[in-house]
Amino acid sequence: MKPLTLSIQNLSAYSERQGVRHSLLNDVSLDIRAGEVLALIGASGSGKSLTCSVSLGLLPPGVRRAGGSVAVDGQPQPPEPLRGRLVATIMQNPRSAFNPVRTMRQHAYETFRALSIPKPEWPSRIEQAMQEAGLDDAARVLDLHSFEMSGGMLQRMMIALALASEAPFLFADEPTTDLDLIVQREILELLDRLRTERGLGILLVTHDMGVVAAIADRVAVMDAGRILERGPVMEIFHHPRHSQTRRLVDAHLSLYRLDRAA
Amino acid sequence: MNLLSARHITHGYQARSGIGARANKNIVLEDVSLAIAPGETVALLGRSGCGKSTLARLLVGLENPDSGEVEFEGQPVRRLDKAGRARLYRTVQMVFQDPPGAVNPRATVGEIVGEPLGPLCGLRGNDARDRVMALLRAVQLSEDDYGKYPQQMSGGQLQRVCIARALGPDPKLIILDEAVSNLDLHLQTQMLDLFEALRQEHGVSYLFVTHDLRLVERFCSRLVVMAQGRIVEESAVAQPLALRSPEGKALAQAVLPPFPRARPAHAEGSLLPAGA
Repeated sequence: MKPLTLSIQNLSAYSERQGVRHSLLNDVSLDIRAGEVLALIGASGSGKSLTCSVSLGLLPPGVRRAGGSVAVDGQPQPPEPLRGRLVATIMQNPRSAFNPVRTMRQHAYETFRALSIPKPEWPSRIEQAMQEAGLDDAARVLDLHSFEMSGGMLQRMMIALALASEAPFLFADEPTTDLDLIVQREILELLDRLRTERGLGILLVTHDMGVVAAIADRVAVMDAGRILERGPVMEIFHHPRHSQTRRLVDAHLSLYRLDRAA
Repeated sequence: MNLLSARHITHGYQARSGIGARANKNIVLEDVSLAIAPGETVALLGRSGCGKSTLARLLVGLENPDSGEVEFEGQPVRRLDKAGRARLYRTVQMVFQDPPGAVNPRATVGEIVGEPLGPLCGLRGNDARDRVMALLRAVQLSEDDYGKYPQQMSGGQLQRVCIARALGPDPKLIILDEAVSNLDLHLQTQMLDLFEALRQEHGVSYLFVTHDLRLVERFCSRLVVMAQGRIVEESAVAQPLALRSPEGKALAQAVLPPFPRARPAHAEGSLLPAGA
Protein backbone atom coordinates (compact mmCIF):
# COMPACT_ATOMS: atom_id res chain seq x y z
CA MET A 1 0.00 0.00 0.00
CA LYS A 2 1.49 3.31 -1.07
CA PRO A 3 1.62 6.00 1.61
CA LEU A 4 -0.71 8.92 0.99
CA THR A 5 0.53 11.78 3.18
CA LEU A 6 3.86 12.86 4.54
CA SER A 7 3.36 15.34 7.38
CA ILE A 8 6.05 17.62 8.70
CA GLN A 9 4.78 18.60 12.14
CA ASN A 10 5.82 21.59 14.24
CA LEU A 11 9.42 21.57 13.05
CA SER A 12 11.68 24.04 14.88
CA ALA A 13 15.42 24.60 14.55
CA TYR A 14 17.94 27.14 15.78
CA SER A 15 21.62 28.03 15.59
CA GLU A 16 23.75 29.27 18.43
CA ARG A 17 26.31 32.04 18.04
CA GLN A 18 28.28 33.30 21.05
CA GLY A 19 25.73 31.81 23.39
CA VAL A 20 22.78 33.50 21.68
CA ARG A 21 20.08 31.38 20.08
CA HIS A 22 18.87 32.39 16.63
CA SER A 23 15.60 30.77 15.69
CA LEU A 24 15.76 29.46 12.09
CA LEU A 25 12.56 27.41 11.84
CA ASN A 26 9.57 28.11 14.01
CA ASP A 27 6.76 25.57 14.25
CA VAL A 28 6.73 24.64 10.57
CA SER A 29 4.00 22.18 9.58
CA LEU A 30 3.37 20.93 6.03
CA ASP A 31 1.37 18.08 4.48
CA ILE A 32 2.70 16.57 1.28
CA ARG A 33 0.09 14.39 -0.41
CA ALA A 34 0.60 11.66 -3.00
CA GLY A 35 -0.12 12.89 -6.53
CA GLU A 36 0.24 16.55 -5.58
CA VAL A 37 2.84 19.27 -5.87
CA LEU A 38 3.13 21.46 -2.77
CA ALA A 39 5.20 24.55 -3.57
CA LEU A 40 7.15 26.10 -0.70
CA ILE A 41 7.89 29.73 -1.51
CA GLY A 42 9.37 32.69 0.33
CA ALA A 43 12.23 35.19 0.35
CA SER A 44 15.83 34.02 0.26
CA GLY A 45 16.95 33.01 3.74
CA SER A 46 13.38 32.37 4.92
CA GLY A 47 14.11 28.70 5.71
CA LYS A 48 12.69 26.87 2.67
CA SER A 49 15.71 24.66 2.03
CA LEU A 50 16.36 24.25 5.74
CA THR A 51 12.83 22.87 6.19
CA CYS A 52 13.67 20.10 3.67
CA SER A 53 17.02 19.21 5.19
CA VAL A 54 15.99 19.41 8.87
CA SER A 55 12.89 17.29 8.26
CA LEU A 56 15.18 14.60 6.79
CA GLY A 57 17.53 14.86 9.75
CA LEU A 58 20.27 16.60 7.76
CA LEU A 59 21.44 19.44 9.96
CA PRO A 60 23.92 21.95 8.51
CA PRO A 61 26.90 22.65 10.83
CA GLY A 62 25.83 24.67 13.88
CA VAL A 63 22.11 24.05 13.37
CA ARG A 64 20.12 22.15 15.98
CA ARG A 65 16.66 20.74 15.89
CA ALA A 66 14.48 22.07 18.69
CA GLY A 67 11.40 20.00 18.08
CA GLY A 68 8.97 18.58 15.60
CA SER A 69 8.47 15.30 13.84
CA VAL A 70 7.71 13.72 10.49
CA ALA A 71 4.86 11.27 10.09
CA VAL A 72 3.80 9.14 7.13
CA ASP A 73 0.07 8.39 7.15
CA GLY A 74 0.01 9.30 10.81
CA GLN A 75 2.91 7.03 11.79
CA PRO A 76 5.87 8.99 13.24
CA GLN A 77 9.08 8.28 11.33
CA PRO A 78 12.71 8.72 12.43
CA PRO A 79 14.75 10.62 9.80
CA GLU A 80 17.15 7.86 8.71
CA PRO A 81 14.65 5.49 7.06
CA LEU A 82 12.93 8.50 5.46
CA ARG A 83 15.95 9.45 3.42
CA GLY A 84 16.08 7.61 0.12
CA ARG A 85 13.39 5.09 1.08
CA LEU A 86 10.34 7.28 1.53
CA VAL A 87 11.72 10.61 0.37
CA ALA A 88 14.04 11.09 -2.60
CA THR A 89 15.74 14.47 -3.01
CA ILE A 90 16.81 16.51 -6.02
CA MET A 91 18.63 19.80 -5.70
CA GLN A 92 19.40 23.05 -7.44
CA ASN A 93 22.88 22.26 -8.62
CA PRO A 94 22.90 18.65 -9.78
CA ARG A 95 26.59 18.85 -10.66
CA SER A 96 27.58 19.19 -7.01
CA ALA A 97 25.43 16.18 -6.12
CA PHE A 98 27.60 13.78 -8.13
CA ASN A 99 31.05 12.47 -7.35
CA PRO A 100 33.16 13.61 -10.33
CA VAL A 101 35.34 10.48 -10.37
CA ARG A 102 32.42 8.02 -10.45
CA THR A 103 30.28 7.09 -13.45
CA MET A 104 26.50 7.35 -13.46
CA ARG A 105 26.33 3.55 -13.22
CA GLN A 106 28.44 3.59 -10.04
CA HIS A 107 26.13 6.25 -8.56
CA ALA A 108 23.05 4.17 -9.36
CA TYR A 109 24.52 0.98 -7.93
CA GLU A 110 25.65 2.78 -4.78
CA THR A 111 22.05 3.92 -4.29
CA PHE A 112 20.72 0.39 -4.81
CA ARG A 113 23.29 -1.09 -2.42
CA ALA A 114 22.28 1.43 0.26
CA LEU A 115 18.61 0.53 -0.25
CA SER A 116 19.40 -3.24 -0.12
CA ILE A 117 17.88 -3.89 -3.52
CA PRO A 118 18.80 -7.37 -4.91
CA LYS A 119 21.76 -7.10 -7.30
CA PRO A 120 20.20 -8.86 -10.33
CA GLU A 121 17.56 -6.10 -10.48
CA TRP A 122 20.08 -3.24 -10.68
CA PRO A 123 20.68 -2.88 -14.44
CA SER A 124 17.04 -3.12 -15.53
CA ARG A 125 15.86 -0.92 -12.68
CA ILE A 126 18.14 2.02 -13.48
CA GLU A 127 17.61 1.72 -17.24
CA GLN A 128 13.84 1.80 -16.79
CA ALA A 129 14.04 4.82 -14.47
CA MET A 130 16.31 6.66 -16.90
CA GLN A 131 13.88 5.98 -19.74
CA GLU A 132 11.11 7.43 -17.62
CA ALA A 133 13.20 10.49 -16.78
CA GLY A 134 13.80 11.15 -20.49
CA LEU A 135 17.32 9.74 -20.79
CA ASP A 136 16.82 7.49 -23.79
CA ASP A 137 20.37 6.36 -24.38
CA ALA A 138 20.80 4.76 -20.94
CA ALA A 139 23.58 2.36 -21.95
CA ARG A 140 25.79 5.24 -23.08
CA VAL A 141 24.88 7.71 -20.33
CA LEU A 142 25.60 5.17 -17.55
CA ASP A 143 29.27 5.20 -18.55
CA LEU A 144 29.55 9.00 -18.33
CA HIS A 145 30.94 11.12 -15.51
CA SER A 146 29.14 14.26 -14.31
CA PHE A 147 31.58 16.61 -16.10
CA GLU A 148 30.73 14.96 -19.42
CA MET A 149 27.05 15.82 -19.06
CA SER A 150 24.95 19.00 -19.35
CA GLY A 151 23.02 20.45 -16.40
CA GLY A 152 19.73 19.26 -17.90
CA MET A 153 21.03 15.70 -18.35
CA LEU A 154 22.35 15.69 -14.76
CA GLN A 155 19.00 16.84 -13.38
CA ARG A 156 17.27 14.09 -15.38
CA MET A 157 19.78 11.63 -13.91
CA MET A 158 18.98 12.90 -10.39
CA ILE A 159 15.29 12.35 -11.14
CA ALA A 160 16.07 8.88 -12.55
CA LEU A 161 17.90 7.96 -9.33
CA ALA A 162 14.93 9.26 -7.33
CA LEU A 163 12.53 7.17 -9.42
CA ALA A 164 14.73 4.07 -9.21
CA SER A 165 14.57 4.27 -5.42
CA GLU A 166 10.77 4.05 -5.73
CA ALA A 167 10.41 6.53 -2.88
CA PRO A 168 6.79 7.76 -2.89
CA PHE A 169 7.77 11.35 -2.03
CA LEU A 170 10.19 13.75 -3.68
CA PHE A 171 11.76 16.89 -2.19
CA ALA A 172 12.79 19.10 -5.11
CA ASP A 173 14.82 22.13 -3.97
CA GLU A 174 14.94 24.72 -6.77
CA PRO A 175 15.21 21.88 -9.31
CA THR A 176 15.17 24.12 -12.40
CA THR A 177 16.84 27.31 -11.18
CA ASP A 178 20.20 26.62 -12.81
CA LEU A 179 18.76 25.25 -16.05
CA ASP A 180 17.99 27.21 -19.18
CA LEU A 181 14.35 28.00 -19.82
CA ILE A 182 13.84 25.38 -22.48
CA VAL A 183 15.28 22.62 -20.30
CA GLN A 184 13.37 24.03 -17.32
CA ARG A 185 10.13 23.55 -19.20
CA GLU A 186 11.04 19.96 -20.06
CA ILE A 187 11.94 19.14 -16.44
CA LEU A 188 8.70 20.71 -15.14
CA GLU A 189 6.71 18.69 -17.65
CA LEU A 190 8.53 15.58 -16.46
CA LEU A 191 7.76 16.32 -12.78
CA ASP A 192 4.17 17.04 -13.74
CA ARG A 193 3.88 13.67 -15.50
CA LEU A 194 5.44 11.81 -12.55
CA ARG A 195 2.94 13.43 -10.20
CA THR A 196 -0.01 12.36 -12.35
CA GLU A 197 1.18 8.97 -13.60
CA ARG A 198 3.24 7.74 -10.66
CA GLY A 199 1.30 9.53 -7.96
CA LEU A 200 4.53 11.02 -6.63
CA GLY A 201 4.01 13.51 -3.79
CA ILE A 202 6.32 16.46 -4.46
CA LEU A 203 7.54 19.22 -2.14
CA LEU A 204 8.85 21.86 -4.52
CA VAL A 205 11.01 24.64 -3.12
CA THR A 206 11.19 27.54 -5.53
CA HIS A 207 11.53 31.30 -5.67
CA ASP A 208 9.95 31.53 -9.13
CA MET A 209 6.20 32.11 -9.08
CA GLY A 210 6.19 31.14 -12.77
CA VAL A 211 7.24 27.64 -11.72
CA VAL A 212 4.51 27.69 -9.08
CA ALA A 213 1.92 28.77 -11.67
CA ALA A 214 3.04 26.04 -14.03
CA ILE A 215 2.97 23.05 -11.75
CA ALA A 216 1.83 23.57 -8.13
CA ASP A 217 -1.44 22.31 -6.67
CA ARG A 218 -1.02 23.92 -3.28
CA VAL A 219 1.33 26.61 -1.98
CA ALA A 220 2.85 27.36 1.42
CA VAL A 221 4.50 30.76 1.96
CA MET A 222 7.43 31.08 4.36
CA ASP A 223 9.05 34.07 5.99
CA ALA A 224 11.68 34.21 8.74
CA GLY A 225 11.29 30.52 9.54
CA ARG A 226 7.49 30.50 9.83
CA ILE A 227 4.68 29.47 7.52
CA LEU A 228 2.67 32.63 6.90
CA GLU A 229 -0.03 31.33 4.64
CA ARG A 230 -1.03 28.19 2.80
CA GLY A 231 -3.70 27.45 0.25
CA PRO A 232 -4.62 26.14 -3.19
CA VAL A 233 -2.54 27.72 -5.97
CA MET A 234 -5.52 29.66 -7.39
CA GLU A 235 -6.24 31.23 -4.00
CA ILE A 236 -2.62 32.25 -3.54
CA PHE A 237 -2.46 33.94 -6.94
CA HIS A 238 -5.87 35.57 -6.95
CA HIS A 239 -6.66 36.15 -3.27
CA PRO A 240 -3.42 36.24 -1.30
CA ARG A 241 -4.18 37.05 2.33
CA HIS A 242 -0.78 37.91 3.77
CA SER A 243 1.11 41.06 2.72
CA GLN A 244 4.27 39.01 2.08
CA THR A 245 2.35 36.72 -0.29
CA ARG A 246 0.88 39.72 -2.06
CA ARG A 247 4.38 41.11 -2.51
CA LEU A 248 5.63 37.85 -4.05
CA VAL A 249 2.66 37.60 -6.42
CA ASP A 250 2.78 41.28 -7.40
CA ALA A 251 6.53 41.21 -8.06
CA HIS A 252 6.02 38.14 -10.25
CA LEU A 253 3.14 39.68 -12.19
CA SER A 254 5.02 42.94 -12.68
CA LEU A 255 7.45 40.98 -14.86
CA TYR A 256 4.55 40.34 -17.19
CA ARG A 257 3.19 43.86 -16.71
CA LEU A 258 0.06 42.36 -15.16
CA ASP A 259 -1.66 42.86 -11.85
CA ARG A 260 -3.79 40.57 -9.72
CA ALA A 261 -7.06 41.90 -11.07
CA ALA A 262 -6.10 40.79 -14.60
CA MET B 1 33.10 55.48 -29.16
CA ASN B 2 32.17 52.01 -28.00
CA LEU B 3 33.15 51.13 -24.46
CA LEU B 4 33.86 47.52 -25.22
CA SER B 5 33.59 45.59 -28.45
CA ALA B 6 34.31 42.16 -29.82
CA ARG B 7 35.39 41.93 -33.45
CA HIS B 8 35.07 38.64 -35.32
CA ILE B 9 35.92 36.56 -32.27
CA THR B 10 36.46 32.83 -32.67
CA HIS B 11 37.33 30.76 -29.63
CA GLY B 12 37.49 27.13 -28.64
CA TYR B 13 38.65 24.78 -25.95
CA GLN B 14 40.81 21.71 -26.19
CA ALA B 15 38.69 18.66 -25.41
CA ARG B 16 40.42 15.67 -23.89
CA SER B 17 38.95 12.24 -23.56
CA GLY B 18 39.94 10.01 -20.66
CA ILE B 19 43.63 10.41 -19.92
CA GLY B 20 44.12 12.88 -22.74
CA ALA B 21 44.61 10.40 -25.53
CA ARG B 22 42.42 12.04 -28.15
CA ALA B 23 42.37 15.81 -28.28
CA ASN B 24 40.36 17.94 -30.65
CA LYS B 25 39.34 21.56 -30.42
CA ASN B 26 35.77 22.29 -29.51
CA ILE B 27 34.74 25.56 -31.16
CA VAL B 28 32.57 27.55 -28.74
CA LEU B 29 32.38 30.92 -30.50
CA GLU B 30 32.49 31.47 -34.21
CA ASP B 31 32.94 34.90 -35.79
CA VAL B 32 31.08 36.84 -33.08
CA SER B 33 31.00 40.64 -33.18
CA LEU B 34 29.31 42.72 -30.51
CA ALA B 35 29.73 46.33 -29.37
CA ILE B 36 28.46 48.01 -26.21
CA ALA B 37 28.10 51.81 -26.13
CA PRO B 38 28.09 53.91 -22.93
CA GLY B 39 24.73 53.82 -21.13
CA GLU B 40 23.47 50.93 -23.21
CA THR B 41 21.76 47.84 -21.81
CA VAL B 42 22.32 44.84 -24.04
CA ALA B 43 20.72 41.44 -23.43
CA LEU B 44 22.69 38.39 -24.49
CA LEU B 45 20.21 35.54 -24.81
CA GLY B 46 20.57 31.87 -25.52
CA ARG B 47 20.29 28.37 -24.16
CA SER B 48 22.94 26.96 -21.89
CA GLY B 49 25.96 25.85 -23.89
CA CYS B 50 25.49 28.43 -26.67
CA GLY B 51 28.67 30.33 -25.77
CA LYS B 52 27.22 33.30 -23.84
CA SER B 53 29.43 32.88 -20.79
CA THR B 54 32.55 32.31 -22.89
CA LEU B 55 31.88 35.54 -24.75
CA ALA B 56 31.47 37.33 -21.40
CA ARG B 57 34.79 35.92 -20.13
CA LEU B 58 36.56 37.08 -23.28
CA LEU B 59 35.01 40.55 -23.04
CA VAL B 60 36.35 41.16 -19.52
CA GLY B 61 39.80 39.94 -20.53
CA LEU B 62 39.84 36.75 -18.44
CA GLU B 63 40.96 34.94 -21.60
CA ASN B 64 42.17 36.00 -25.00
CA PRO B 65 40.26 34.84 -28.09
CA ASP B 66 41.90 32.38 -30.53
CA SER B 67 41.28 34.87 -33.30
CA GLY B 68 39.62 38.25 -33.55
CA GLU B 69 40.00 41.14 -31.15
CA VAL B 70 38.35 42.48 -27.99
CA GLU B 71 38.71 46.26 -27.88
CA PHE B 72 38.41 48.49 -24.81
CA GLU B 73 37.87 52.17 -25.65
CA GLY B 74 39.18 51.41 -29.13
CA GLN B 75 42.38 49.66 -27.95
CA PRO B 76 42.91 45.90 -28.41
CA VAL B 77 42.74 44.37 -24.92
CA ARG B 78 45.61 41.96 -25.54
CA ARG B 79 47.96 44.90 -26.17
CA LEU B 80 46.96 47.00 -23.14
CA ASP B 81 49.84 47.99 -20.84
CA LYS B 82 49.62 47.60 -17.06
CA ALA B 83 47.86 50.92 -16.52
CA GLY B 84 45.44 50.14 -19.36
CA ARG B 85 44.64 46.74 -17.81
CA ALA B 86 43.98 48.38 -14.44
CA ARG B 87 41.62 50.85 -16.13
CA LEU B 88 39.86 47.94 -17.89
CA TYR B 89 39.38 46.09 -14.60
CA ARG B 90 38.07 49.24 -12.90
CA THR B 91 35.76 50.14 -15.78
CA VAL B 92 34.40 46.68 -16.57
CA GLN B 93 33.14 44.51 -13.75
CA MET B 94 31.51 41.13 -13.95
CA VAL B 95 29.08 39.21 -11.73
CA PHE B 96 29.27 35.46 -12.21
CA GLN B 97 26.40 33.01 -12.12
CA ASP B 98 27.74 30.76 -9.36
CA PRO B 99 28.17 32.93 -6.23
CA PRO B 100 29.70 30.25 -3.93
CA GLY B 101 32.33 29.61 -6.60
CA ALA B 102 33.04 33.32 -7.03
CA VAL B 103 34.01 34.11 -3.45
CA ASN B 104 36.77 33.01 -1.13
CA PRO B 105 35.11 30.75 1.47
CA ARG B 106 37.67 31.80 4.10
CA ALA B 107 37.07 35.54 3.67
CA THR B 108 34.33 37.54 5.39
CA VAL B 109 31.72 39.43 3.42
CA GLY B 110 33.53 42.67 4.34
CA GLU B 111 36.82 41.34 2.97
CA ILE B 112 35.17 40.03 -0.21
CA VAL B 113 33.41 43.30 -1.05
CA GLY B 114 36.41 45.38 0.06
CA GLU B 115 39.04 43.42 -1.84
CA PRO B 116 38.97 45.38 -5.13
CA LEU B 117 38.72 48.78 -3.42
CA GLY B 118 42.40 49.00 -2.42
CA PRO B 119 44.16 48.07 -5.66
CA LEU B 120 41.57 49.55 -8.03
CA CYS B 121 40.34 52.65 -6.16
CA GLY B 122 43.05 53.39 -3.58
CA LEU B 123 40.52 53.11 -0.74
CA ARG B 124 41.89 51.71 2.51
CA GLY B 125 41.11 51.52 6.23
CA ASN B 126 37.99 53.34 7.38
CA ASP B 127 37.27 54.76 3.91
CA ALA B 128 37.16 51.26 2.50
CA ARG B 129 35.01 50.08 5.41
CA ASP B 130 32.51 52.92 4.94
CA ARG B 131 32.36 52.17 1.23
CA VAL B 132 31.69 48.47 1.90
CA MET B 133 28.88 49.34 4.35
CA ALA B 134 27.28 51.64 1.76
CA LEU B 135 27.56 48.91 -0.89
CA LEU B 136 25.96 46.33 1.41
CA ARG B 137 23.04 48.69 2.05
CA ALA B 138 22.70 49.36 -1.68
CA VAL B 139 22.12 45.65 -2.35
CA GLN B 140 19.67 45.32 0.59
CA LEU B 141 22.08 43.46 2.84
CA SER B 142 22.56 44.52 6.44
CA GLU B 143 25.67 45.95 8.07
CA ASP B 144 25.58 42.90 10.36
CA ASP B 145 26.53 40.81 7.32
CA TYR B 146 29.98 42.48 7.22
CA GLY B 147 31.63 39.88 9.43
CA LYS B 148 29.79 36.83 8.11
CA TYR B 149 31.39 34.05 6.09
CA PRO B 150 29.95 32.85 2.75
CA GLN B 151 28.66 29.58 4.22
CA GLN B 152 26.53 31.56 6.70
CA MET B 153 24.62 33.20 3.86
CA SER B 154 21.95 31.93 1.50
CA GLY B 155 22.59 31.72 -2.25
CA GLY B 156 20.57 34.88 -2.88
CA GLN B 157 22.41 36.83 -0.18
CA LEU B 158 25.77 35.70 -1.51
CA GLN B 159 24.80 36.75 -5.02
CA ARG B 160 24.14 40.24 -3.68
CA VAL B 161 27.58 40.21 -2.02
CA CYS B 162 29.02 39.59 -5.51
CA ILE B 163 26.90 42.40 -6.96
CA ALA B 164 28.12 44.76 -4.20
CA ARG B 165 31.74 43.79 -4.99
CA ALA B 166 31.19 44.56 -8.68
CA LEU B 167 29.63 47.95 -7.90
CA GLY B 168 32.57 48.90 -5.64
CA PRO B 169 34.99 50.39 -8.19
CA ASP B 170 32.21 52.49 -9.84
CA PRO B 171 32.40 50.56 -13.11
CA LYS B 172 31.12 51.92 -16.40
CA LEU B 173 30.11 48.50 -17.70
CA ILE B 174 28.80 45.60 -15.66
CA ILE B 175 28.57 42.17 -17.20
CA LEU B 176 25.84 40.23 -15.43
CA ASP B 177 26.15 36.53 -16.21
CA GLU B 178 22.79 35.14 -15.00
CA ALA B 179 23.49 37.32 -11.99
CA VAL B 180 19.90 37.81 -10.87
CA SER B 181 18.29 34.55 -12.00
CA ASN B 182 18.81 32.83 -8.65
CA LEU B 183 17.36 35.72 -6.63
CA ASP B 184 13.77 35.92 -5.42
CA LEU B 185 11.55 37.91 -7.70
CA HIS B 186 11.21 40.95 -5.49
CA LEU B 187 14.99 41.01 -5.01
CA GLN B 188 15.41 40.63 -8.79
CA THR B 189 13.16 43.64 -9.21
CA GLN B 190 15.09 45.61 -6.58
CA MET B 191 18.45 44.77 -8.17
CA LEU B 192 17.16 45.73 -11.64
CA ASP B 193 15.86 49.01 -10.21
CA LEU B 194 19.29 49.63 -8.64
CA PHE B 195 21.02 48.90 -11.95
CA GLU B 196 18.60 51.18 -13.79
CA ALA B 197 19.22 54.01 -11.30
CA LEU B 198 23.00 53.64 -11.79
CA ARG B 199 22.48 53.73 -15.55
CA GLN B 200 20.46 56.92 -15.39
CA GLU B 201 22.68 58.69 -12.85
CA HIS B 202 26.14 57.53 -13.93
CA GLY B 203 25.61 56.24 -17.47
CA VAL B 204 26.56 52.68 -16.52
CA SER B 205 26.16 50.13 -19.35
CA TYR B 206 25.16 46.52 -18.89
CA LEU B 207 25.62 43.29 -20.74
CA PHE B 208 22.84 41.17 -19.33
CA VAL B 209 23.51 37.51 -20.00
CA THR B 210 20.32 35.53 -19.45
CA HIS B 211 17.81 33.08 -20.77
CA ASP B 212 14.88 34.76 -19.06
CA LEU B 213 12.99 36.86 -21.58
CA ARG B 214 10.78 38.41 -18.92
CA LEU B 215 13.75 40.32 -17.51
CA VAL B 216 14.94 41.41 -20.93
CA GLU B 217 11.71 43.16 -21.73
CA ARG B 218 11.89 44.98 -18.44
CA PHE B 219 15.52 46.00 -18.38
CA CYS B 220 17.22 45.99 -21.79
CA SER B 221 17.23 48.29 -24.80
CA ARG B 222 18.85 45.93 -27.31
CA LEU B 223 19.03 42.17 -27.53
CA VAL B 224 21.34 39.64 -29.13
CA VAL B 225 20.38 35.97 -29.47
CA MET B 226 23.11 33.35 -29.70
CA ALA B 227 22.86 29.74 -30.81
CA GLN B 228 25.69 27.26 -31.18
CA GLY B 229 28.41 29.85 -30.86
CA ARG B 230 26.99 32.32 -33.36
CA ILE B 231 24.83 35.41 -33.16
CA VAL B 232 21.54 34.53 -34.83
CA GLU B 233 19.46 37.60 -34.10
CA GLU B 234 20.03 41.24 -33.12
CA SER B 235 17.31 43.78 -32.56
CA ALA B 236 16.03 46.63 -30.42
CA VAL B 237 13.80 45.51 -27.55
CA ALA B 238 10.23 46.21 -28.61
CA GLN B 239 7.15 45.76 -26.47
CA PRO B 240 5.90 43.15 -26.65
CA LEU B 241 9.03 41.25 -27.61
CA ALA B 242 8.83 39.74 -31.07
CA LEU B 243 11.68 37.37 -31.76
CA ARG B 244 12.10 36.08 -35.28
CA SER B 245 14.92 33.51 -35.18
CA PRO B 246 13.96 29.88 -34.40
CA GLU B 247 16.18 30.02 -31.28
CA GLY B 248 14.53 33.25 -30.12
CA LYS B 249 11.08 31.78 -30.66
CA ALA B 250 11.97 28.64 -28.69
CA LEU B 251 13.08 30.83 -25.77
CA ALA B 252 9.90 32.88 -25.99
CA GLN B 253 7.75 29.74 -25.87
CA ALA B 254 9.52 28.46 -22.76
CA VAL B 255 8.52 31.52 -20.71
CA LEU B 256 6.51 30.33 -17.72
CA PRO B 257 2.84 31.31 -17.35
CA PRO B 258 1.93 34.34 -15.21
CA PHE B 259 -1.13 32.67 -13.67
CA PRO B 260 -1.94 29.06 -12.80
CA ARG B 261 -4.56 27.48 -14.99
CA ALA B 262 -7.81 26.27 -13.51
CA ARG B 263 -7.68 22.51 -13.70
CA PRO B 264 -9.37 19.53 -12.14
CA ALA B 265 -7.23 17.63 -9.62
CA HIS B 266 -5.11 14.88 -11.17
CA ALA B 267 -5.96 15.95 -14.72
CA GLU B 268 -4.17 14.19 -17.55
CA GLY B 269 -1.90 15.91 -20.01
CA SER B 270 0.35 18.94 -19.96
CA LEU B 271 -0.35 21.58 -17.34
CA LEU B 272 1.84 24.10 -19.08
CA PRO B 273 0.20 26.27 -21.70
CA ALA B 274 0.07 24.94 -25.24
CA GLY B 275 2.73 25.96 -27.71
CA ALA B 276 5.81 23.93 -26.74
